[in-house]
Formats: sequence, structure tokens, C-alpha cells
Amino acid sequence: MKRTISVLVENTFGAFDRVATMFSGKGFNIDSISIGQTEIEEVSRMTIVTEGNDQILDQVVKQLNRLIDTIKVVDLSKEPKTVRELALVKVNHENHSLQEIKNLADIFRGKVVDINNKTITLEITGPPEKIEAAVNVFLPFGIKEMARSGTVALKRGEQSIPSNKKNKTK
Amino acid sequence: MSGTKKMSGAEIFFEALRKENVDTIFGYPGGATIKLYEQLYDVDFLEHILCRHEQGATHMAKGYAIVKGKPGVVLVTSGPGATNTVTGIADAYMDSVPIVVFTGQVPTHLIGNDAFQEADIVGITRPITKHNFLVRSIEELAPTIQKAFYIASSGRPGPVLVDLPKDIIASETVFNYPTKIDIRGYKPQVKGHHNQIKKAAQMIQNAKKPLLYVGGGVIMSDGNKELGVLAKETGIPVTMTLQGLGAYPGTDKQSLGMLGMHGTFAANMAINECDVLIALGARFDDRVTGKIETFSPNSYKIHVDIDPTAIDKNVLVDLPIVGDVKHVIAEIAAEIDKKTDLSDWWNQINAWQNECPLSYEKEDGKLRTEYVIERISEKTKGNAIIVTDVGQHQMWVSQYYKFTNPRSHLTSGGLGTMGFSVPAAIGAAFAEKKRPIISISGDGGFQMNLQELITAAAYKLPIKFIIMNNSFLGMVRQWQELYHAEKYSFTDLGASNPDFVKVGEALGVKSFSTNKMDEVDGLLDKVMKMNDGPTLIEFKVEKEDMVFPMVPSGGSISDIITKRLNPKKMV
Ligand SMILES: Cc1ncc(C[n+]2csc(CCOP(=O)(O)OP(=O)(O)O)c2C)c(N)n1
Repeated sequence: MKRTISVLVENTFGAFDRVATMFSGKGFNIDSISIGQTEIEEVSRMTIVTEGNDQILDQVVKQLNRLIDTIKVVDLSKEPKTVRELALVKVNHENHSLQEIKNLADIFRGKVVDINNKTITLEITGPPEKIEAAVNVFLPFGIKEMARSGTVALKRGEQSIPSNKKNKTK
Repeated sequence: MSGTKKMSGAEIFFEALRKENVDTIFGYPGGATIKLYEQLYDVDFLEHILCRHEQGATHMAKGYAIVKGKPGVVLVTSGPGATNTVTGIADAYMDSVPIVVFTGQVPTHLIGNDAFQEADIVGITRPITKHNFLVRSIEELAPTIQKAFYIASSGRPGPVLVDLPKDIIASETVFNYPTKIDIRGYKPQVKGHHNQIKKAAQMIQNAKKPLLYVGGGVIMSDGNKELGVLAKETGIPVTMTLQGLGAYPGTDKQSLGMLGMHGTFAANMAINECDVLIALGARFDDRVTGKIETFSPNSYKIHVDIDPTAIDKNVLVDLPIVGDVKHVIAEIAAEIDKKTDLSDWWNQINAWQNECPLSYEKEDGKLRTEYVIERISEKTKGNAIIVTDVGQHQMWVSQYYKFTNPRSHLTSGGLGTMGFSVPAAIGAAFAEKKRPIISISGDGGFQMNLQELITAAAYKLPIKFIIMNNSFLGMVRQWQELYHAEKYSFTDLGASNPDFVKVGEALGVKSFSTNKMDEVDGLLDKVMKMNDGPTLIEFKVEKEDMVFPMVPSGGSISDIITKRLNPKKMV
């Protein structure tokens, strides 16, 4: 089962490395990981998608919590949430009409962000399943190159994960 | 001390150590730390112990930390100095012992350039430290040192490394030591959940076959008194892990001794049959549980630990309590209001004890490690600090030395580091001046850090170094005999072992040797009186003895082997 974990970490030297080292050292999988700034300057948010049963997930969350640089760890797997990923897909259009590709892209609300006489680059945003579906559609055309951002997620509603609240235990 | 006067990084470093009440550091100088050593020359509030190898320094720090109950401190240079500490750091990490390791680093502008004696020690030690730091500016220096000591010694203790670039040590700022420490991502939970504690007390007092399973956490939290109260109030039998030995007196009749792979038959049977298992500061590691599926199959499991990750890691428990073990034990004891009759349970346990007590061959008059340890236990009344190495002798110590005090059994449990005993005993000697300190090694492990005998001699430490020389890497030989077709591949040291008496004497240690049972007492008495410096005794013991009982790796209690199947087997 896929799990989405949101981790607020101190924006310190090596914090990202610690998380990655923990995952590899403990033998946990990482499906995707994304990291970026938050509303607070010295705090970054990592969104990690991993796989495993409840016991493994429990350990992942506890091990993340144990790291000194992590401020807050929340398992979003069972929470109502907004999940997004961005993909840039460079599709070969030599043997197909551009219109055909653009029509298909429209179905996924994809945007054309670059074009030349051989390839067209589409930007597609959405939940990972949607990206998956779009990629499958463009596969027969020949995907020259692709970059995916990894998942980012936020809990729905007004609630937020407080980054300054001292409610974690080690 | 704070004001406007600027101080150098080196001055700040020692000022911070003073604030942390450091009285001893174990170290070795080099280029990257030369400025710190220049400063150290004029420092009078602490003693710097010059080791002979940086691995030695880290083991010394661990020995010191366990005995003293506060972090051991190490100071080494960059590159090879730093990488030499890796084994000792990993060792302290596995056994949750607080040490703070300061490593020199090349100047900030050279980091990443493959500069002379550069090693990314922060990267290297990330998975084996509780936390580590690279100090990136002089302003960060003092607060980082403060955090390092706080993190190492609070919560579940562990090693912390601080990497100190040379230019930062040379630069200046105003010394400012924060009065309060606040790390928002780190708030160890000390108090246990009250309802969980009440529930635990109820389960315990209604149990018919309860068992206390005690780990090193009880010792590290100084919870032995509280444990004693709980055990005495309830009459529940106590079994200890390798790291837990000493938490409860081994001489008391409620003690079943150690459990696990080489634990006593009674302890392992009790684990198997108990109805409520109370794990205190223990971590259900594989040397204890054997096959997880058959481990303590019918028990309701209560697990008290300060580290949430220890809970449900190996064995799923019914009632987890996260908190400082000392506090939680006291609170559980306070909630218990009736004493259950455990006489049936004790009858059963006594039957197991009689069925298969610890025993070894005495009649043939040959010298055996078990005998020597029994004699040491007897002579020191279980009150010495015993520092073992890794192997058969280590297991025999856990079986035959009856520890009566906490912080008295020093061993490399989690990592199983050969070469631990000699330096760790030295660290212990700087933490404890009254009780005797006895280092016990096999002939193999003794050779892994014997350079530190020089340190012991240089500081005239009255340590008794004991070598149980069976001419083999005994524990590996045992596995080869039992499980690897008797292929004694590279475990016979006999022909290549040095003359240990000559080695000892050459390094400044008064040394003796015997292979006779009837000389054991005399030699032990003799070295116990020689307290002007270190002494060494080599006991030439039986070569092919094996440690029993033994639950095979990954096996169940039903697979326990209690004696050699083919007694005539010879090499
Ligand atoms: C540094 C290190 N290398 C290898 C081992 C593997 N090992 C475990 S026990 C053992 C044998 C130890 O022999 P010795 O020191 O003579 O002690 P004995 O078992 O004979 O008491 C070995 C090689 C280890 N634990 N540590």
C-alpha cells in the first residue's frame, strides 16, 4: 500500500541527507520524495511516498520523528488531502499530427511548454494517477524524455501542521 | 561567562567543556586540532588522556560514560584520526551510550577539495550517531557544543559527533553560552502515560506467571532501585539481557540470570511460558528472541522504553509505555496494591533451575574460563567492574560473574566489537578509583587494541588485564564445530599467538601466566594487591570448550542445546 508522509524539517545542513540515510539504512522504500520551502523560512517540507504495511509505516514515522532535525511528521495516507505532482513530458511528434497530441493533452489539461519540429513538451499537473494515465496515452507516440516532480500534498481544510508546536516525542 | 571580550574558537571550546563539567577527555592530536592542543596546554580543569589509537579513545569514552553516568568525551584530528573513531562510535550507538566526539576538520574553504587529511566524517557517521554537526561559523560553536552534550545524554542516550573546521577554531567571537536549551525537533518524553501505567499495574498483579525482562535501559536511567522495589513487592522473577546485568543483583534468588542465546535454561523457559512479560528498557533483539514467531508465544507483553522506535520494532507488544524507565517503574510499583501468590510459578521455575543449572566440567582438573570467572566473582563479591571483550569468555562472564551493582558490567553488546575490553577498562579506571577494574579478553580480541596497555601503564592505572587464552577464536570455532562441518577455517591462533607475558612486560605491565587450576587463586590475590599500575594474567585454558546452553541463531527455545553432543570431538 502506498503511503504519503509529510515531514517538516529544519532547513539545516544535511537534514535532507539524514532522512535519505535513515530510509536506506533501515531498508525502507522511497517511491518519491520532494522537498521545498514552506511558509516559514527555516523550515522545509518533505513529502515522501513510501510503501509498506501498518507496522512498517509505524516504524517509518517513528524513525523520522527520532531524527533531531525533524519537527513534525504526519502520515497523510488516510487523511483527506490535496495531492499534486508535476510532469514534463517530451513527446515525439514526427509521425503524428500536432493537433492529435494537443487534443489528448487537453483531456489532461496539459499545457504545451516547448515545441520544435521533432518534439513537443507538455506540462501536466495532477494527482499521480492522472500523470500515470497521461504517460500511458503518450507512450505509443514515443516519449523522448520525462521529468516528474514527485508528490506534494497538503491536508484539506483549514487545519495545518503546526511547525512550531512542540508535540513530538523521541 | 559572557561579556564583550572576544575569545578564540579554541578558548571557547574549552570554556564550553568547562560549562559541561567535563573532567576527562580521551584524545590524540594532529594538524587539524593543533590549535586546540595549544590551548589545552594551559587548561587545568580537565585531564586529557593520550590514547595510542583513536579507536581506543572512543572505547575509553564509552567505558568512562557507563561507569560515571555522564558523557565520555573524545578529541581527535581530521581524516584518519576521525575515521579511526568510527568503530567506537558505532559501538556506543548500538549500546545507547552517551559519548561526544570532537573531530578536527580541514579549514572551511578547503572542505570538499580532497584536501590533505580531509574525510567527510559527518557523512560517514550519520547512520551511527544519534546526531552530528559540522560547525559552520564561530558563532555556532558554543551553542553546538551545548546541544551535543544535551542530545548525547538525554532521551535514549547515544554518540554525538561535532566536526570542527580548523579556521573556525582559529577565529574569534564573544563567548556566549545559552542558559536554556531548546531544540524544537527534540523533546524526549520522560513521563509515561498514566492510564497505560495503571493498566500495566493491573496486568502485573493479576498475572499468574509474570516475568521481568530487564535491559540496559534500566541501568542507563539509574532505575535499579526502582526495579528492586518492584521486584521485591511483587516477588516476580527477573531475567536480564547482556546489557541489563547488574540492574538487579545476580546473587538474589529472584534473579534467573541472563536470557537469550547463551542465557540460562530457566530464564529462557520462563520467557517461553510466562503469561505477562514486562520488558523494561530492553529492545527484543535477535540474540534475545531467537525465532520471532515462537518468542514468548502466550504472554501479554508490556514494553517500557524511552525510545518510541524500540516499540513494535521486532516484537509487537500489547501495552507500550513510552517514558523514562526509572520513572515508569516507580509509577507502576506505586499502582500495585496487592501481592499475588506466585508459588506455583516459582515451583515451576525452580524445577527448571534444577533440571539444567549452569555447569561445567571440574573433575578433570583442567583449567577452564568458567572456573576463573567463578573465582573472580567470589573474590570480588560481585562488586568489581568487569570489562569484557567479545566471544566465548564474554558469555561465560555473563553466566558466572554474579554482578551485584549497576554500571559494573561493560561489554560490547550490540556491535560485538573485539578489542573493546582493554581500552574500555582504561576509560572505566578514570571514572572509578575505588572498586577493582578487571578487563577480560580472549587471546584474539586482546590483540586488537593491545597498544592501549601502554596508556594504562603510562597513567599507572591499577587495572587487572586478564587473557583467557584458548588459542582459538573460540566463539567462531564453536560455530564451526556445531554448524560448519568442523572446518576450523582460520580460527586457530595457537602457533601464531605471541608470548603474552613478554608483550605485557614490554609495554610496561607486570605479567603472569598459568595453566593450572590450583594457581588461579594465588595469582588473582597477588594482582589484586598490586595497585601501583596495571597487571596482566594469561590463563591458558582448555582449547575446545563450548558455551552452553545455546539457543541456535534464529531458533526457538525447543532447539536449545545444553551440552556437547559428541564429547570426544577433538580438533
Ligand atoms: C572486530 C571483530 N572482528 C571479528 C569478530 C567476529 N568474532 C566474534 S567472536 C570471535 C572470536 C573471538 O575470539 P577470542 O578473542 O579469542 O575470544 P574467545 O571467543 O576465544 O573467548 C570473532 C572472531 C568480531 N566480533 N569483532
